[in-house]
Amino acid sequence: MIHVENLTKDYGEIKAVKGINFTVNDGEILGFLGPNGAGKSTTLRIMTTFLAPTSGTVTLDGYSIHEHPTEVRRRIGYLPELNPLYGDMVVHDLLKFVAGVRGITGKAFKSALGRVMGVCGIGEVMHRTVRELSKGYKQRVGLAMAIIHDPEILILDEPSAGLDPNQIVEIRQLIKDLGKEKTVILSSHILQEVQAVADRMIILNNGEVVADGTNAELMASFQGKAQLIMEVKNASAASIKALPQKIPDISIQGQSAHGNVRRVQLEYPTGHDLREQVFKYAVESGWTILEMSRQQAQLEDVFRSLTLMEGGRDA
Amino acid sequence: MPEAFTIYLRQTILIFRKELASYFDSAVAYIALVVFLLISGWFFSSSFFLINESDLRVLFSMIPIMYLFFIPAITMGLLAREKSAGTIELLVTLPIADGAVVLGKYLAAMALLGVALLFTLLHFITLVFVSSNVDVGALLSGYLGLLLVGGVYAAIGIFCSAITDNQITAFIGSFMLVFILFVLSKVIIFVPGFMSAFVQYISIDFHLTNISRGVIDSRNLVYFGSMIFLFLTLAVRVLEMRKWR
Ligand SMILES: Nc1ncnc2c1ncn2[C@@H]1O[C@H](COP(=O)(O)OP(=O)(O)OP(=O)(O)O)[C@@H](O)[C@H]1O
Ligand SMILES: [Mg+2]
Repeated sequence: MIHVENLTKDYGEIKAVKGINFTVNDGEILGFLGPNGAGKSTTLRIMTTFLAPTSGTVTLDGYSIHEHPTEVRRRIGYLPELNPLYGDMVVHDLLKFVAGVRGITGKAFKSALGRVMGVCGIGEVMHRTVRELSKGYKQRVGLAMAIIHDPEILILDEPSAGLDPNQIVEIRQLIKDLGKEKTVILSSHILQEVQAVADRMIILNNGEVVADGTNAELMASFQGKAQLIMEVKNASAASIKALPQKIPDISIQGQSAHGNVRRVQLEYPTGHDLREQVFKYAVESGWTILEMSRQQAQLEDVFRSLTLMEGGRDA
Repeated sequence: MPEAFTIYLRQTILIFRKELASYFDSAVAYIALVVFLLISGWFFSSSFFLINESDLRVLFSMIPIMYLFFIPAITMGLLAREKSAGTIELLVTLPIADGAVVLGKYLAAMALLGVALLFTLLHFITLVFVSSNVDVGALLSGYLGLLLVGGVYAAIGIFCSAITDNQITAFIGSFMLVFILFVLSKVIIFVPGFMSAFVQYISIDFHLTNISRGVIDSRNLVYFGSMIFLFLTLAVRVLEMRKWR
């Protein structure tokens, strides 16, 4: 269990984190979502003891970052943003160094090495210099370093940044696999990524938590609108105008006409499906329906509306 | 706590080894060593053949001058490079004490310095063969002095490297600090009387001269030891302050 309590961080004048609270349960994959400058990295850096908070605290399995930073570090595997690595070291030596600092040597190191080699697929680059590796392999090495001590908690700051689509799919699968046994916290500014791997997400904006819950919970709490696009023939302007009177929940967002064909954009609250009623009305009014398509509010919209309200700091 | 101490020691050694390997992986160590040897060789041979004075003191007095450049050059990257490359974030989020990081890196710089000094030994061996009146005791105390002065300079160097994430800034900073310590004894005549004892005490030269003469006084050793301790402690503090920016 990780408890983050009233955490704030000021960089001089800049208030990067403004009193956030949340809990991470054992074994869950938590997505940390937010636009650039939201304070994701700052929060993760405090949780990993890289930075000290201005106020507030984090406890991890009962160990506080203030009183027992070493205990906290022992339990965490961390992949920092941009994955900084010692470029002039050989992969094997790098892993050996990190393991050694964590007290894993000799036989224990051999078996740990075997495990991370399998999990991260880095067997073939074991004796190459880090600098020469492709971005994707560097990322795997970073991940291997983070899990060499088989930590209970993994903190990954934008693990898929800069990877190509295939590598992104691979790394997401890897995170999912790791998440079966571990607590994983990953940050991202891409909703799909978090949606794809996380059990739960926390949306951060401007240093504040603006949403916290599963996909479904966030959707439910969001009073979004569904859109219905219709392309109809032989519809009189009057009959279109009368539609909202007949079906009160609907509003007309826009329309355009090309000769006999009209394109109408309708909107209604998500939750009750009005398509059938619209269809009946169309038939009664003698329209010929060429196209009718619904655009459901996406979690994307939730994210956008939550994070655009005040605008990202760096936007 | 002996176990905590063992861990500290093991981590210091790991940092030491990593840092030493990285010296020799990059060109830094080779360039610094070659330049050091060329210049010391040149000083040595020119004084040896021109003045024909088989006096150790010439070389022993030249090496601290070379230190002014050599030591800032080999220490400037120790922490500054970790910061500019971002690897500091990897390093200090491992369960490792900041003290072990600083100490391991400091010892790596000292090892490189040791290698450089070992090479200068060649000059002295030449001297021993050519001349009959070489005082081995003076040779040993001379080297001890050089090692101690180097130790102080390297501690200053790593402190400056902790302050900034720019290696050039670290170099300039430590060059200036080291230079001030070095020239203090030369400007002592301009210092008002009531301060001269103090200035003399913190001047490197004053303590080095004693040791080089073969007089190993505990006062001098305390001076070197406390200077090294002071700057290493400061480096650790600065590294910890990173968190509170
Ligand atoms: N070292 C620093 N000094 C000053 N300001 C900083 C520092 N690091 C971050 N900030 C500021 O704090 C705010 C939060 O930054 P942070 O890196 O935590 O955001 P983020 O959510 O990780 O963004 P991104 O998605 O771009 O990585 C930003 O406004 C940023 O400019
Ligand atoms: Mg970030």
